[in-house]
Amino acid sequence: MATPTLLQGEQTARRTTVFMKILMASTGALFVFYVLMHMYGNLKIFFGYQAFDEYAEHLREMLTPILPHTGFLWLFRVLLILSLFVHAYAAFTLWSRANGARPQRYAVKSAAKGAARSKMMRWGGVALLAFLVFHLVQFTIAKVNFNGNFTAAQLGDSTGKLVIASFQLWWVVLIYVVAMVALGMHLFHGVWSGAQTLGLTDSAASRRLAHATAHVVAGVVVIGFLLPPLAILFGLVK
Amino acid sequence: MNLTLNIWRQDGPEAPGRMVTYQLADVSGDMSFLEMLDVLNESLITKGEEPIAFDSDCREGICGMCGLMISGNAHGPVTTTTCQLHMREFHDGDSITIEPWRADAFPMIKDLVVDRSSFDRIIQAGGFISANTGSAPEAHSVPVEKRKADRAFEAAACIGCGACVAACPNASAMLFMGAKVTHLGELPQGQPERYARVVKMVAQHDHEGFGGCTNTGACADACPKEIPLDVINTLNRDLRGALGRGR
Repeated sequence: MATPTLLQGEQTARRTTVFMKILMASTGALFVFYVLMHMYGNLKIFFGYQAFDEYAEHLREMLTPILPHTGFLWLFRVLLILSLFVHAYAAFTLWSRANGARPQRYAVKSAAKGAARSKMMRWGGVALLAFLVFHLVQFTIAKVNFNGNFTAAQLGDSTGKLVIASFQLWWVVLIYVVAMVALGMHLFHGVWSGAQTLGLTDSAASRRLAHATAHVVAGVVVIGFLLPPLAILFGLVK
Repeated sequence: MNLTLNIWRQDGPEAPGRMVTYQLADVSGDMSFLEMLDVLNESLITKGEEPIAFDSDCREGICGMCGLMISGNAHGPVTTTTCQLHMREFHDGDSITIEPWRADAFPMIKDLVVDRSSFDRIIQAGGFISANTGSAPEAHSVPVEKRKADRAFEAAACIGCGACVAACPNASAMLFMGAKVTHLGELPQGQPERYARVVKMVAQHDHEGFGGCTNTGACADACPKEIPLDVINTLNRDLRGALGRGR
């Protein structure tokens, strides 16, 4: 129920919903950068699993000897995890606010693009979170091999070999196709929305640029991420 | 034309509401939507029933008093206010669902009437400029860039009807606030309070129970005054500016 009172005293920008949106947008921008880098790294598999593993090793050697081995990697991982918490916390807080903002629903509501987009961002985001857990367990934390044609001895500690073994299975590829479509849709609205939230879409030209960037980023990420799994599934990369 | 009307009836804020179906015959295409409801109300009064309560004032699309959710569209199927929507937009035999604006921050009063004083409190919180009273200053003494004057004017067209809130999937009032912040913030007279304004208005908005913005654009599509979505960008930019200034 609304409160028929005027707020008294000084208010601070940090306690507003718009600030929450700014947090979401800036952490989102970090994720876009990360996802593009990750996609670039994955494409190394086209030069063989050795090239892939070498790239992974280079990530661990970044800024050495100033930082210890895997030092940069861990700094970046901590930053990503913190950002993920902020991003998800803001999203769930705003989601719950939005639910409370209209307790009595409409009997008839036109199929507004608005409602569909909000649902897509929220449920799509939850789906991505679930996928992220699966993905990290599969390739980083536990390094699970689902492919019975490869023994643990054959794979050794090569992530590149594990990637090739995994994506020879159609159902693993299917999970990744679904997840990447969800990611593409999240970016499709998210990149534009983030630009607007950060106050970067002042003119007609900058709005067009933000829309175009959202389209391009979503397209590049989906295609770039799906190329390796599909190439492996169809036997182009062995 | 003959119409079937499904209308939300609710006796008071706490009373349970329900949809009631009415048949209305001989509706002229030249009637406005509100005139059509007037005709229905006259027949209800003749029958000794309680007429349907709805808001209206100027009936020429400039005051912001009227506003109905018409078959799921704020102010109906065309871009205008409910009072300026004419029955020629509908067809014989149509079934029309009429509901009030739905938002926690717009509490129900009766039937199709909701309390939009939360908008007034948002304006009270910061939607003003401070100026000395006395004779009107010479208009040319403060030059305003043409581009900014146009943008301020476009934003100032907001009549505060609440269609943006009604259409928003999150019941957010960002388009309304964005219009006010842009209208005042583009002009030299609005500068002294610019960053305090945006913080106070958004804080009051959140306090009233409106939702957050997800940049879907449903508000701008519903706006009878065609306020563009980029006023929300200006609102966001000013709030970021306020953060940078330690507010």
